[in-house]
Amino acid sequence: MSERITDIGPPHYSKFLPPVIKENYGKWKYHTIPEPGVLIHVSETGDELISVRVASPRLITTLFARDLCDIADKYCDGYLRFTSRHNVEFLVSDKSKLEGLKAELVQRGLPKGGTGHSVTNIVHTQGWVHCHTPAIDASGIVKAVMDDLFEYFGSHELPAQVRISLACCLNMCGAVHCSDIAICGVHRTPPTIRHEVLRHLCEIPTTIASCPTGAIRPHPDKTLKSVIVNEERCMYCGNCYTMCPALPCFDSEKGGVALLVGGKVSNAKSPPMFSRLAVPYIPNDPPRWPDTVVTIRRILIKYAENALKWERVGEWVERIGWERFFEVCEIPFTFQHIDDYKFQAYDTYRTSMHFKF
Amino acid sequence: MHKTPLLDQLESGPFPSFVKDLKRLAPTKPAVNDLLGQLERSYKEKITHWKHGGIVGVLGYGSGIIGRYSDLPDEFPGLEHFHTMRINHPSAWFYTTQALRELFDIWDEHGSGLLNMHGATGDIIFLGTRTEELEPAFQKLTAKGWDIGGSGSAMRSPSCCCGPARCEWSCYDTLEACYQLTQEFQFDLHRPSYPYKYKLKFSGCPNDCVAAVARADMSMIGVWKDDIRIDQSAVEAYMGGELKPKGGGANVDKLDVQADVVDLCPTQCMWLEGKTLKINNRECNHCMHCINMMPQALRPGTDVGCTVLLGSHAPILEGAQMSWVIVPFMRMEEPFDELKELTSNITEWWAEHGKNRERVGELIMRLGMRAFLEAVGLPPVPQTVKTPRANPFFFWHKSDFEAEDAGRKYHTTK
Ligand code: HEM
Ligand code: HEM
Ligand code: HEM
Ligand code: HEM
Ligand code: SF4
Ligand code: SF4
Ligand code: SF4
Ligand code: SF4
Repeated sequence: MSERITDIGPPHYSKFLPPVIKENYGKWKYHTIPEPGVLIHVSETGDELISVRVASPRLITTLFARDLCDIADKYCDGYLRFTSRHNVEFLVSDKSKLEGLKAELVQRGLPKGGTGHSVTNIVHTQGWVHCHTPAIDASGIVKAVMDDLFEYFGSHELPAQVRISLACCLNMCGAVHCSDIAICGVHRTPPTIRHEVLRHLCEIPTTIASCPTGAIRPHPDKTLKSVIVNEERCMYCGNCYTMCPALPCFDSEKGGVALLVGGKVSNAKSPPMFSRLAVPYIPNDPPRWPDTVVTIRRILIKYAENALKWERVGEWVERIGWERFFEVCEIPFTFQHIDDYKFQAYDTYRTSMHFKF
Repeated sequence: MHKTPLLDQLESGPFPSFVKDLKRLAPTKPAVNDLLGQLERSYKEKITHWKHGGIVGVLGYGSGIIGRYSDLPDEFPGLEHFHTMRINHPSAWFYTTQALRELFDIWDEHGSGLLNMHGATGDIIFLGTRTEELEPAFQKLTAKGWDIGGSGSAMRSPSCCCGPARCEWSCYDTLEACYQLTQEFQFDLHRPSYPYKYKLKFSGCPNDCVAAVARADMSMIGVWKDDIRIDQSAVEAYMGGELKPKGGGANVDKLDVQADVVDLCPTQCMWLEGKTLKINNRECNHCMHCINMMPQALRPGTDVGCTVLLGSHAPILEGAQMSWVIVPFMRMEEPFDELKELTSNITEWWAEHGKNRERVGELIMRLGMRAFLEAVGLPPVPQTVKTPRANPFFFWHKSDFEAEDAGRKYHTTK
């Protein structure tokens, strides 16, 4: 066997930087956004780099990706990058190529946007395309929501930027817990226990230890070599299923979408905030999840109408109060909204008289 | 070709359609055709058809591959195996088309041709291949200078914002720091030996474009200590409406510097004297608001480094946490020795005391901040807390009394 190469890590990024970046690395002075989706960075040396940001579905084929390469060859000397929110950025060093690039993007149906006060691409996970624990699909909901909010992707009309994210189960592999609007897949049924399989497949102590709420106990009948689940304590997280495949907790009727709102990660003005539960459950409704889409639009529109200039969703809700948020967005408040999970619950209870009717 | 009436409804609409894209590849890739078929089944039945993984990998590595099998292999034979390969991305996701095409050639030959640009941790995700293709694909990747990323209880592929490569606000070289730390921890990335995952993310300024505070066990966020740089003539241009707020990223024609900037400064440390903007920089808390508003007039200072925050993880198991400040300021210059050493100290302490699947943030909650700070040699400093405790239930250790006996008022690690 020839010498195997291992542990080399990723290639050094300097191989992939266009000359204008190499020459102006660390010397950028300011940027402008002349139109949605187009950023111009200006260096202390006077050099300029134009970045054109376009949407991508994240789940792509090599055909799509090769198309992106063809475009980058034609207009960007072969240089492009991807953003942390799954957008593609074409890095244009030669200003005269910008109009041609824009025209080609239109012709190929690749929308530009995602800058400034827009709804940019939705950070999301695998869903039914590739994971074993999702309560919802990822790519399909993202497509449906972005189709509906498309006007906000390519404009700067909102009071501030709005970041939407999706995670298809409570493991939250995407980044949704600190998003202006978070779409989270939720299961609502405890695991069914396949005793006859469990004894062969699973180690009982690790299965018991996997449950965050301590809902799993050894089966009282020792000869079964299995476990029981205290259904009242189960919060349907699927952790046990990950440890032990004999404990599936899915149900085609009871899974669905929860919406959380008001998170942010940036430190701008206010500190980073967690997203908070707005809608505990919307039934799965493929292929286009119309209820989810309509509810997100309602929240977005109410925010756009009522927030002050520069206010993020979470800052708006904090100013008006959550009681007002539920009223304005016509969302019923339920037992599910009141936190009762472990220690963090207390932090959410109101200890002042500062509320509204 | 499988019939997909439900998925077909996702072909219309203005946002790029993954269904349209997958259908282009399906005729030449039976696995992609089967994936569409199985996804259609999931859409009909509202349930996933993937089985829990199994352990697969490449020789000598314990991570980077996620085993995946269909629970309907007879109907969709192309999905019998459909494993994921995580490919460690380059810093800030810059590419040349030549490098990308080399990757795609390997993937077309050895896999489904389906991928994510990128996974939520940052890696390039190659979706769908058979066990026997893993090793050949791996060898072709390394021959071209690529390596696979982390998974399982290991160091995960670190990621960073575009930093000095394309952002005027970056307070340190996020790309180089990310690269060097990735190299430093290659062993831990490929051979899971931690209690659970450990993620590093690097953002150049408090805007935190890679969501480090929420998505990394260890979050390095750029910060400055001196004065915000001001171009007073540009401030006047904003007042006069010649320059647009947020570089044009907001639908607002003219900035009201008093109302939109000065009055919204959370520390009230700025004011206008006529047309001159004044900042009491000692009181600024680096929120970035004024800089975001007037990118042509204001820039972070030049005495720069990063804040190290620790501990964020998703809600499972103990409830979610965001990272909290453990080192308010660290100079970030090559070769980043201080950060490498701190990272090793922390992972060693955690590997020694952590339970299986306990993130470092959860361990600190279990054993206490003091135990952690003493173990890794960090002093108590007020920047690390929002407020001091409100209860009088605090502890005194032997080391505290020894410090008193030695004539020092308090015990501290530094
Ligand atoms: C020069 C380039 C960039 C500039 C000037 C810039 C500027 C900003 C600003 C001003 C904010 C928000 C501050 C606020 O809350 O008002 C922000 C947040 C953010 N940016 Fe960037 N950004 C740049 C590049 C990027 C890139 C390339 C990405 C992704 C790849 C990115 C991702 C984000 C994310 C995720 C946030 C946090 C949003 C949140 O709070 O949820 N940014 N950026
Ligand atoms: C019991 C806990 C968890 C299980 C069983 C789990 C399982 C998985 C699986 C199976 C995948 C691969 C999906 C696929 O490609 O088929 C995945 C991906 C991922 N997981 Fe988790 N996960 C868990 C917890 C977490 C947590 C707590 C985080 C982070 C906070 C996380 C972050 C990720 C990320 C970033 C990905 C890549 C997702 C993507 O880009 O689509 N996971 N996880
Ligand atoms: C439906 C609700 C939520 C969803 C879908 C969600 C989703 C996610 C996802 C996808 C990640 C990790 C991504 C990555 O590692 O790349 C994550 C991480 C995290 N979430 Fe959430 N989250 C939710 C609620 C919350 C809540 C309520 C909190 C806190 C109160 C929270 C705190 C965190 C923290 C601290 C992390 C750290 C990331 C890590 O472990 O790497 N999340 N969340
Ligand atoms: C070592 C612990 C504590 C000491 C020595 C202490 C001492 C005192 C003292 C001397 C008073 C004033 C009594 C008076 O003049 O009427 C008082 C009042 C009070 N304490 Fe504490 N306390 C302690 C812990 C706590 C804790 C942990 C709580 C609650 C969590 C608490 C709640 C109160 C309340 C509610 C009052 C009445 C305050 C008021 O009248 O406004 N105390 N405490
Ligand atoms: S969020 Fe849950 S369902 Fe989605 S990819 Fe992660 S583990 Fe799988
Ligand atoms: S689904 Fe989660 S809460 Fe329910 S039994 Fe399994 S591990 Fe415990
Ligand atoms: S985190 Fe700061 S330095 Fe990095 S890209 Fe975002 S705005 Fe620029
Ligand atoms: S960065 Fe924030 S705190 Fe500092 S001067 Fe500007 S607005 Fe005020």
